[in-house]
Amino acid sequence: MAGSDPTPQATSAPDAVKILIAGGFGVGKTTMVGSVSEIVPLRTEEPLTTASLGVDDLDGIPEKQATTVALDFGRISIGQDLVLYLFGTPGQQRFWFMWNDLAIGALGAVVLVDVRRPESSFAAIDFFERRGIPFVIGVNGFHGEHPYEPDDIREALALPEHMPVLLFDARERTSCRDVLIALLDQLIAASAR
Amino acid sequence: MNGGDEAGRLVRPFTLTGGRTRPARGDFTLITMVTAVDPQPAGGTRPQPEHARILKLCAKPIVVAELATGLDLPVSVVTIMLCDLLEAGRISVRQPSMISRTPDLDLLKKVRDGLGRL
Ligand SMILES: Nc1nc2c(ncn2[C@@H]2O[C@H](COP(=O)(O)OP(=O)(O)OP(=O)(O)O)[C@@H](O)[C@H]2O)c(=O)[nH]1
Ligand SMILES: [Mg+2]
Repeated sequence: MAGSDPTPQATSAPDAVKILIAGGFGVGKTTMVGSVSEIVPLRTEEPLTTASLGVDDLDGIPEKQATTVALDFGRISIGQDLVLYLFGTPGQQRFWFMWNDLAIGALGAVVLVDVRRPESSFAAIDFFERRGIPFVIGVNGFHGEHPYEPDDIREALALPEHMPVLLFDARERTSCRDVLIALLDQLIAASAR
Repeated sequence: MNGGDEAGRLVRPFTLTGGRTRPARGDFTLITMVTAVDPQPAGGTRPQPEHARILKLCAKPIVVAELATGLDLPVSVVTIMLCDLLEAGRISVRQPSMISRTPDLDLLKKVRDGLGRL
């Protein structure tokens, strides 16, 4: 009976890839995921126990043994046999340990920067730099305004000269798409080298 | 998390890539594609209601994250049930190719072109 079992590996199912949408608290991650996704952004809630949080991380979670962390994600079908998923990383710093898991197998990341407070995304930039995960910067112009040039942003965030910095609007589908394309172009250039 | 799961487990050897004998939670990432085996294996115990719900949702390939949303359950809980279903030969999985290797140029170009068509 056991011998007639089908192999558990399905080759007819589509392949899946993912890109992380990261950045500080409230920079527009969920907004971007929603703008380019073909479905309304989905959300899953993950309960965290004290064990998974680590004792030190419980600061700021008053008298709670567990809390939940929400993950937003969206989907873009790339033809019949390939699906791209976008995962918004949890913004609150105490959930950053989850980023390690999220980063496994990711093509790369988009780090969103709120043009009014670029420093709030500094830690996210540091995270991807340290791990050698490729990323591009998307500067979300709240109210569609972009008072700074990409070079100003590069300087403010101490980014290398070659780092792609795109001024965009997280509410605009084509604007978000162009940021993703910039990431892919960078990945393609790097893998062709 | 769900004590009732134990009873539903079929003790049956199976091979997963890597030669492990039991599926582990680590076999499922957020974007691992899961598909119900069709037809379902004959014999064995009837799937529990929650397992049956999963099988219904993955009649067509679906990733773990979307399954969790569809079930309104945490990913960690869904993963445990998927281990049971995989061990029972009721589902098949496809791991994202990025997990096991660095991305090839073809894959990146495919994604790039797909985005260009949006
Ligand atoms: N005017 C304007 N509002 C925006 C823009 N992008 C996001 N917002 C708003 O800013 C708020 C925060 O955006 P979110 O997309 O929720 O940010 P987030 O990064 O997901 O936030 P957290 O997950 O809480 O860290 C929301 O009320 C959005 O509607 C934008 O480009 N312009
Ligand atoms: Mg959000």
